[in-house]
Amino acid sequence: MSLMDKTARNVAEKVRRGELSAVTVLEDAFERISAVDGRPGALDYGEISDEDKSKVHAFITLTKDRAYQQAQDVDRSVSEGEDPGPLAGVPITVKDIFCIKGTPSTAASRILANFVAPYTATPVERLEAAGAITLGKVNLDEFTYGSSSESSAFQPATRNPWHTDYVPGGSSGGSAAAVAAGEGLLSIGTDTGGSIRQPAAFCGVVGLKPTYGRVSRYGLIAFGSSLDCPGPVARNVGDAALMLSVMAGEDRRDSTAATLPVPDYLSSLDKDVRGLRIGISPDYMRIPYPDLQTGEVVVADLPKEIRDAILNAAQALADQGAEIVENVPMPNMSYGIPTYFVISRVEAASNLHRFDGVKYGYRTQSEFSDLREMYRKTRAEGFGLQPKLRILMGMYVSAAQYSEQYYQRALKVRSKIRSDFEAAFDPQGAYRLDALLTPTTPTTAFKLGDVYGDTVLMQYADQLTVPANHAGIPAISIPGGISSEGLPIGIQFQAPDYREDTLFQVGNAFEQATDDADWRKIKPQVMKFVE
Amino acid sequence: MTDYETVIGLETHIQLNTTTKIFCSCKADSWEQPPNTNICPVCSGLPGVLPVLNEAAVHKGALLAAAMHSEIRLTSHFDRKNYFYPDLPKGYQISQYDMALGNGGYMDLPMPDGSVRRVHIEKLHLEEDAGKTKYEDGRRFVDFNRCGVPLVEMVTGPDLRSADEAAQYLIRLRQLLRWLGVSEADMEKGHLRCDANVSIRPVGYTGLNPKSEIKNVNSIEAVRAAINKEVERQIELVESGGSVESWTLDWDDAQQRLTKMRSKETIADYRYFREPDLLPLELSEDWRDGVLAELPELPLERRARFKRDYELPEYDADILTGDRPLSDYYESAVEAYGGDPKIVSNWIMNEILRMLNELGVSADKLVLLPEHLAEVIKMVDKGTINNATGKSVLAKVQESGKAPGDIVAEEGLAQVSDDSALQAAIDKVLAASPEELASYRGGKEGLFGWFMGQVMRETKGKADPGVTRELLGKALKGE
Repeated sequence: MSLMDKTARNVAEKVRRGELSAVTVLEDAFERISAVDGRPGALDYGEISDEDKSKVHAFITLTKDRAYQQAQDVDRSVSEGEDPGPLAGVPITVKDIFCIKGTPSTAASRILANFVAPYTATPVERLEAAGAITLGKVNLDEFTYGSSSESSAFQPATRNPWHTDYVPGGSSGGSAAAVAAGEGLLSIGTDTGGSIRQPAAFCGVVGLKPTYGRVSRYGLIAFGSSLDCPGPVARNVGDAALMLSVMAGEDRRDSTAATLPVPDYLSSLDKDVRGLRIGISPDYMRIPYPDLQTGEVVVADLPKEIRDAILNAAQALADQGAEIVENVPMPNMSYGIPTYFVISRVEAASNLHRFDGVKYGYRTQSEFSDLREMYRKTRAEGFGLQPKLRILMGMYVSAAQYSEQYYQRALKVRSKIRSDFEAAFDPQGAYRLDALLTPTTPTTAFKLGDVYGDTVLMQYADQLTVPANHAGIPAISIPGGISSEGLPIGIQFQAPDYREDTLFQVGNAFEQATDDADWRKIKPQVMKFVE
Repeated sequence: MTDYETVIGLETHIQLNTTTKIFCSCKADSWEQPPNTNICPVCSGLPGVLPVLNEAAVHKGALLAAAMHSEIRLTSHFDRKNYFYPDLPKGYQISQYDMALGNGGYMDLPMPDGSVRRVHIEKLHLEEDAGKTKYEDGRRFVDFNRCGVPLVEMVTGPDLRSADEAAQYLIRLRQLLRWLGVSEADMEKGHLRCDANVSIRPVGYTGLNPKSEIKNVNSIEAVRAAINKEVERQIELVESGGSVESWTLDWDDAQQRLTKMRSKETIADYRYFREPDLLPLELSEDWRDGVLAELPELPLERRARFKRDYELPEYDADILTGDRPLSDYYESAVEAYGGDPKIVSNWIMNEILRMLNELGVSADKLVLLPEHLAEVIKMVDKGTINNATGKSVLAKVQESGKAPGDIVAEEGLAQVSDDSALQAAIDKVLAASPEELASYRGGKEGLFGWFMGQVMRETKGKADPGVTRELLGKALKGE
């Protein structure tokens, strides 16, 4: 059995005890990568071959030499009697939206293709300081703008390891696919509207969006700064808990990072769920979203398989003594996407201003007569469609004459969405929930090309995840079943601010309860390449 | 011809003299450093970086707000001002828009005729400075060293009525900034920068006409000259039947000329929105009270008090409150002296100011302490030393650091007022100058001064002038 099929906790423990060398672990990781990943994403990618279509393509950049250096350092410190940290020797991948010193940090965009960061993002720095070994940078939607990872300027785009005709979700598609296929045990992603949880659901792995501010954003190339959350992608809840405990905490370089102490998340894993109040909301089961064929917004029940996964999960938890609270109203959740459209794009348009060809990154290669033309050509050539759409919309809705009716209004709606959660979690309120159980996504993974190109429809893939971003609360997606098509179904738990511990507790209980379930025995399609 | 009134509002940018920049830990001061050597990922706008607010900038900004009688908001916000320019590395400036640190405020500007012009403050907020752009050989160079230097932007109402008043405002503002210690306020180094909004209107009309905005007026003289030029242009234009349009003008100081930069119709939309990378700036009431308690007596207040309490002429009061160290020096000397404050003023205005000018330092850096000055004046009052000796003792204290009394004793500088010793000196002088004595007695009474000088020389300057004058007069008359 490859070490890539073990848990991060198990591997780290063995490496720390000197029973396993970090270099050996690393060799297994690269062996898995070469078996399943295919060629990494590139700007000049030529034809997509049939061979390409059968592989995962999680990576943009492999940092092999750096990884071996790190692994040797870990082994050396173990042999010298030092503790390399709680993630000793654990191979991880990093969404290529984080800066790592001395490595290309592309945001999956042509405009940053040649950018080598001179510093390392805080959460990555913390993971590496805890002994994690970075395998490389993984693919995503350009600047994280998307829910399928297809919009990357670096192609072939990442494919779903469960079925490579399907998208891995996005924007942290590379992260989720890499973890699902065992190309590394953990990955760090970012979640602005669902970008960790949605691909985690599509790829059958665990993805956590922590409370806004729980993990520092320093070094994360910004999308929607008031929404962005770095978070863990892992194959099980315990590994996600371990990873968060390393990443989280205050950071003097990010003043929006919470100064609250980081609890011992691992200790919450095995806590009994007896008496916990878990809510279910009909507003998350029957939702307005654009019809896949016509694009018209229709109110529809979620697919039965997905609803069943929620009910099964509720039953599993109830069997362990949790109290299930039905009919929790979340009346404003349906405004999540329109609100997100406005807020995230205003912030995105502003965050993209700095990519102007003056200081770093791409500058037009063609002639220009003045500064404005240099700007125009650089940005026209350097940005793909998604950044351009976001700039246009963001500029429009924040313009002086429209700001009141769009941006300012969206901010008000955002606080209404938060008030839904406050009411549901209020310890003195009618529901007094510890967590809200919902589906992560309205559908399972869709096929490459099916949704891509319809930006509005694509956005609705985040309908069930985006309210947590607006509210700032933590939310986790964990595998909850496999559809009849053989694609993973994600279930989501949401909790009050800074109650990631509850998410781990409930998530772990569900994992334990379904440990023997038949659907857990199904493996991703690309595992056929692994002997 | 109609009589016109000039209406001016000034927009100032004030660099705060903090140690580090407003959102990163680079040094704030890059004076004479090579381009782009005082920068970091944060102030040069690399992808992924975040600003962290420097508390010292808030503190200095709040102190200035308090001095401008502006309300310090306990909750204020930072906003993004979005625009593209090569020396603005993030493509937006972190500024404050509708909920700034300061709310309202004013400065009461004393006018030469004794009246007071109240200049209202319409905006007072914190923001970061941009970099600098330089053109050379048809190429554009950017220097990010200045990016992130903390600024206070302060905008006055249209309350100033002449170029001189505008200049006065800047002079008083500069004085205030240095007084508070919040900015070096050196216009030549760009610590204090100014744009002027200028319009004219017929006297009696109270509305506001379209204004032009003059950029790049970066000395008091430039402000005066540029406004006068622009007022002249506007009057000529209106008199010849034209009307003033809202233009942005650039002041070319070398050519003493205004050139049109752009019409206001192309006004930018900065798409302001709250800076999501910074939390709202929350100040406690205790913190605010601390700042208010720290606020010193302001120069104009002190000026008024000097006139009132020390009965100083306006001229003296103005000079003695020119800067805070001098002003404190004066007050300490007055206190140590205990006598007529005007006498202390005279000594400072004559002797101490000269000394400060020669040494190029401020009064707090003198070795010669206010107590020393007071001691010297007292010795002169008592006749222990004369005026001239007093002045030379001041210089000697400054050089040696010794107390004035010790210097007078060591060097035997005390005045000779003993009649017999003086008489002996006078006799000696008269005996040595028979020709001059004859001339004097022959009617050339103008020689009296020459004889005084000779006696002073004989006594090495220690002769009491009053006693000498009396004895010498008698001796010359042969009495």
